[in-house]
Amino acid sequence: MQQENMMQENTNNSAKCLFSICNVKKSFHDLTVLHDISVEVDEGEVVAIIGPSGSGKSTLLRCATMLETMDSGTLTYLGEEAARNDSSGKAVYASPADLRRIKGYFGLVFQNFNLFPHFSVLRNLTEAPIHVQKREKGEVEAEARELLRKMGLEGKENSYPQQLSGGQQQRVAIARALAMNPKMLFFDEPTSALDPELTGEILKVIRQLAEEKMTMVIVTHEMAFARDVADRVIFMDGGYIVEEGRPEDVISNPREERTKQFLSRFSDQGMQ
Amino acid sequence: MGFMSIVQQIIGGFGTTVFIFFFTLLFSMPLGILFALARMSRFKPLNLLMQVCISILRGTPLMLQLIVVFFMPYYVFGIKLTTSWRVYAALIGFSVNYAAYFGEIFRAGIQAVPVGQHEAAEVLGFTKAQTFWKIVFPQMVKRVVPPVTNEVITLVKDTSMAFAIAYAEMFTMAKQVAAAQSNIMPLFVAGVFYYVFNIVVAWIMGKVEKSLDYFQ
Repeated sequence: MQQENMMQENTNNSAKCLFSICNVKKSFHDLTVLHDISVEVDEGEVVAIIGPSGSGKSTLLRCATMLETMDSGTLTYLGEEAARNDSSGKAVYASPADLRRIKGYFGLVFQNFNLFPHFSVLRNLTEAPIHVQKREKGEVEAEARELLRKMGLEGKENSYPQQLSGGQQQRVAIARALAMNPKMLFFDEPTSALDPELTGEILKVIRQLAEEKMTMVIVTHEMAFARDVADRVIFMDGGYIVEEGRPEDVISNPREERTKQFLSRFSDQGMQ
Repeated sequence: MGFMSIVQQIIGGFGTTVFIFFFTLLFSMPLGILFALARMSRFKPLNLLMQVCISILRGTPLMLQLIVVFFMPYYVFGIKLTTSWRVYAALIGFSVNYAAYFGEIFRAGIQAVPVGQHEAAEVLGFTKAQTFWKIVFPQMVKRVVPPVTNEVITLVKDTSMAFAIAYAEMFTMAKQVAAAQSNIMPLFVAGVFYYVFNIVVAWIMGKVEKSLDYFQ
């Protein structure tokens, strides 16, 4: 029923905002990592965040996924406030119960996979849906097997993570995130721990998800990929959003000097 | 007195040794987890209290601790000591002492679980308790098997400390027989018992270690 209402709204308003993080500020001790940044993501949109190391893109992702608390700013998923500013401008988070529900709206794929090594592949996928979402075991397992099949991991259900290649492990991690039926996915440099061949496997999976209109925010160093798959590219540096727009603008014809400088390093890596 | 009757007397004490060993393990392991959690608590007073306790438990002789536990009811509360109290005092003394060592081993094991595991669990919505029991604990167990094996083997031999409160375990018996007969043989027989017991313990712990080989 709720689902139907949402679908209804979608057709009325095709660019429905699914996620927004507004005016986020974050410092570690004296070092300001994010200076008053805002990002909104619409349903079905694929946003790539690029930028040099230390630009704050990972911190932004960690604030969005609540692994890091913002100093100030608002965080909203599907119109539900996970955090907002109090009168003094300090971020206040919702109750643990609300946050737990809101965490169900998104999934996160890590650079280092972070699979649970002591669980089989199947159990990596099913543990949270069964014990967090309290869904029925048989149904969850059937869904998990289907997800594994889709990820090209058929027959790996009973393997353990250490028996898989890096690319396979990352695909399990993506399947694990999807098994929670999230509204959107965050990727934190999903291919940085993989060699170029395995990187291709992962990018293929993400591209497939994009075609299925999965809402995604991807922090990546794969410029060609960002240009191909993203609807919008955000270039960050020094804790600011320097440039933001369509990939063909930001990546192929950047306006800002800093963006040009950063992208020049990728120009000889199959960008053309 | 023949060899067989020496062995028979020592077997009587061996039962007591196994009894102390088994129940000390049974109590000190869960207590060790509590100690580890208290030691890692962000609540400063609890954390500090645990640090002091562990420091004392590790820094004073186990024999003295057994004596303190045994005589405490009498000196502090004026309660008359009974024979059965001897058993409880031994178990309390051994369990708490070993919990301190296990606690520190468990703490190291818990802290060795990568932070990414906690983050993955958090993003998936697991509660703190679920994260500990489902994700951290099994990985901790794997990491602590070798140091725990060390402690368990030490415990087999440490049970002989129970003589400090006149609790007649195997080594006490062996000494009595040796003294009565002016013969060192019973002590060697006891030594063989300890050694065989420890071979069994090491074999079991090896099996446990192997059974956890399926993950890293």
